[in-house]
Amino acid sequence: MIPAPPISLAVLAPALIVIGAGCLVLLLDLLPPRESKAHLATVALGGVVAALLTSLAAWGGRGRAFRDMVILDNYALFFHVVICYAAALIVLLSIDYLRRTGAESGEYYALVLFSTSGMLLLTSASDLIVVFLAIELMSLSLYVLAGLFKRRRQAGEASMKYFLLGAFASAFLLYGIALLYGATGTTSIDRIATAIASTPWDPLVIAGLGLVMVGFGFKISSVPFHMWAPDVYEGAPTCVTALIATGSKAAAFAALIRLFLGGFRLVHADWAAVLWVLAALTMTVGNVVAIAQLNLKRMLAYSSIAHVGYMLVGLAAGGAAGTSAILFYLLAYTFTTAGTFGVITVCARTGEEAVDVRDYAGLGRRHPVLAFVLALFLLSLIGVPPLAGFVGKFYLFGAAVRAGFLWLAVLGVLNSAVAAYYYLRVIVTMYMQEPEGPSASLVPSFAGGVALAIALVGVVLLGLMPAPFVDLAQGAIAPLLR
Amino acid sequence: MTPGVLSIVTLLPVAGALALTLAPRRHDALLRGGALAVSLATFVISLPLYLGFDAGSASYQFEEQMAWMPSLGAAYHVGIDGISLLLVLLTTFLMPIALASAWRAIEDRTKEFVIAMLVLETGMIGVFVSLDLFLFLVFWEAMLIPMYFVIGVWGGPNRIYAAVKFVLYTMAGSALMLVAILALYYQHGVATGTFTFDLPTVTRWVVPAGLGQNLMFLGFALAFAIKVPLFPFHTWLPDAHVEAPTAGSVILAGVLLKMGTYGFLRFGLPIFPDASLTFGPIVLALAVFGIVYGAWVSTVQPDLKKLVAYSSVSHLGFVMLGIFTFNMQGLVGGVIQMVNHGLSTGALFLMVGMIYERRHTRLIADFGGLWKVIPAFSALYLVVVLSSLGLPGLNGFVGEFLILLGAFQVNRGLAALATTGIIFAAVYLLWMYQRVIFGEVTHEENLRLHDLSPREWALVVPLVLFIVWIGVYPATFTGPTEATVEALINQVQSKASVAFR
Repeated sequence: MIPAPPISLAVLAPALIVIGAGCLVLLLDLLPPRESKAHLATVALGGVVAALLTSLAAWGGRGRAFRDMVILDNYALFFHVVICYAAALIVLLSIDYLRRTGAESGEYYALVLFSTSGMLLLTSASDLIVVFLAIELMSLSLYVLAGLFKRRRQAGEASMKYFLLGAFASAFLLYGIALLYGATGTTSIDRIATAIASTPWDPLVIAGLGLVMVGFGFKISSVPFHMWAPDVYEGAPTCVTALIATGSKAAAFAALIRLFLGGFRLVHADWAAVLWVLAALTMTVGNVVAIAQLNLKRMLAYSSIAHVGYMLVGLAAGGAAGTSAILFYLLAYTFTTAGTFGVITVCARTGEEAVDVRDYAGLGRRHPVLAFVLALFLLSLIGVPPLAGFVGKFYLFGAAVRAGFLWLAVLGVLNSAVAAYYYLRVIVTMYMQEPEGPSASLVPSFAGGVALAIALVGVVLLGLMPAPFVDLAQGAIAPLLR
Repeated sequence: MTPGVLSIVTLLPVAGALALTLAPRRHDALLRGGALAVSLATFVISLPLYLGFDAGSASYQFEEQMAWMPSLGAAYHVGIDGISLLLVLLTTFLMPIALASAWRAIEDRTKEFVIAMLVLETGMIGVFVSLDLFLFLVFWEAMLIPMYFVIGVWGGPNRIYAAVKFVLYTMAGSALMLVAILALYYQHGVATGTFTFDLPTVTRWVVPAGLGQNLMFLGFALAFAIKVPLFPFHTWLPDAHVEAPTAGSVILAGVLLKMGTYGFLRFGLPIFPDASLTFGPIVLALAVFGIVYGAWVSTVQPDLKKLVAYSSVSHLGFVMLGIFTFNMQGLVGGVIQMVNHGLSTGALFLMVGMIYERRHTRLIADFGGLWKVIPAFSALYLVVVLSSLGLPGLNGFVGEFLILLGAFQVNRGLAALATTGIIFAAVYLLWMYQRVIFGEVTHEENLRLHDLSPREWALVVPLVLFIVWIGVYPATFTGPTEATVEALINQVQSKASVAFR
């Protein structure tokens, strides 16, 4: 008889709390009051914040469960904080945005929570099967969320495209996992590492790793697996776009780093060349194509591709420096990107979204505060000190120089200079051009204002006082390096 | 820790800017007055820096150090020596003038304007006082953004193009400097075991000569050459100057252009002596080419502001020439010429702005015979023009004379070519003056111009005072720099492995 593995739910606590909140939202949605959904948002927010607090309380511990398939170490907890933070911001921004765009529904909050729980699980997965499960849990919810604006053509396209290409990517990932299982006889990341240490050039291992990389490449939208991103970013509701751009990316990076640093550390040197090329391509394509975009959401899609490229620079550099730089960058990127999309949701009017760059003409005059906040987020994305993005890039490229990837760092900084052009174009429009027609008054709701304020404080704080957060990131990767 | 004088001077403007964000938008007078008061207070507080400065010492003074990112080795470390002292004072002196010059010119979005200017002031002072490479980079890049807004929001018709060009040029340059700083940081760390961005520590270390040093030097040099601007990296300058509002032009010419030359003095020469000597001849050639080219192009400009802008290319060429002579006269001349250019060209832009405010044109052809209408303006303008062309007894002469003295010891041919730049300066400046001020009044509108208002007197007189002071008694200003420059030369000599001229 097979002994039942010991079950310790404590390790899953943050994810379980979020799932529980999601179920509660579904139940409450059936009860009155039916016309307003604000209370559902409160429940969702409560769930995310509870998960955040649970994660913070668990800091420093090291739990394992389900035969080491799930690990709750500082590394996972760092990502828990990033993801919960992103999810909380997105819930806050959604309340008003969904009401104005007429897409308010209970399922929305439930799906956001289910997706979040998938992300949380993904960060603690130390077994490829769990990785796959978590990715599916995260993605399936996001596929539905992307098509939330049912009546809009782009929404259907976004959802369909995301689903089809995502399904392909999942197939690649699963096939890669199967090959690795065939080569090593296990799906545990640790045991795969031990097994392939002796036979790093086994063709099955190489093929398996390659296919897993393709799967992840899709999830983090690195070139050449980025084709879905612009359409999905454009068609999805802006707050969902924010979740795709921040939370899902952070979670996928978490698993990717764990895989590379934990599992394939021994073959890392051989993969550095591949990552070098991926990083160079991803940043360059992302930035160059972004220049041509006049739709703000498409521009941000390409810009987020470019940012993934910067983070891949860190992965190519590897080691403690490179990896902790990615962690810090993800934190900075999440604050900044969530904030940027947040301003876009605030600027959305009933039934239509302000997504054309020209819609922002004269924003600096009409809404000085909102324009200033957006300008700060964009400057942080460019990497202007003293904002979060600057410190993040400094750490990433510093790690690259340290690892000997001098030319990759040069390419990276030149890319950031190119990127300045299209981010500045938005600032130019806001401050230096006058609006064409009459403009509606935009006042962020209380919840939206709180969300933007939190993001703003984060962006400035990470830029001015990065030291404690860097220490946090370095502490987080320590368990992986053992 | 209580902040020292230097920190107060650096951070007071940004603190003032933060306070002004709370001021109501409608009260323009309050905003202008508040900003002016903050910048004047900054100037007054910066005076003890000069009074308490030990001119005999070459080491950093008024130093302050505070941990910032210990795990990275970056700290808040500020201090000044004889070179940065003058530039800090130049900045704090020009800022109130620039703000007051915009009293009537900037009526739209005053709040944003004064905040941008004050943030800019902190950025500029920060660049000059930073003794930590990371801190320097933060100020260097942060300073770009307010200047970008000043040009792009309050500039002329083609302002957006000019602003974006300015930012992209500078960013591309500083991007490579960032990599060079990182490379320097790791090389130093690996070689000595201490990973630090601390400038004095890194400067004491001898960077191994060779490809590595050359590449790092080029990384820094490109960023600085764009900022100077050294020919052929100057094309952003005429656009930025012509489109910027007067206050922006004054600060751009007065202070921002000095950052490039300052960078060479603070980082290029002492950290990379071999590379500086290797690339020295190229820089010298470009500098002299810039002197002559800038002067020639100035001569044919129909627009007053463009003329002054190209004259900056020429004048900054002199500064670069002085710096890369690597001798006492040249370097002291270069430093003093940085201050001179800040005063003279700042004053030129200021006065061009004054007649632009009256006539809304800057074309030389639209003027003529102004002496008969506005004699006080014309007289002061004459002093400024003469100072810019290097008349003995005024400030420009002192700097150019020292620079040429230094240059003649290094390369007679180049020095002779550079001297023609002075002659051409006389040509374009006097010809411009003649067409604008002398002769008959050719345009009806010019007859109704009013002469300097009390506010404008108050703006120009301090500048003219210093123009004369430096011309008559330069020791007040060269005094503090000499020890520093001597130490700099010694440093280059002792660290360089290639033969020193």
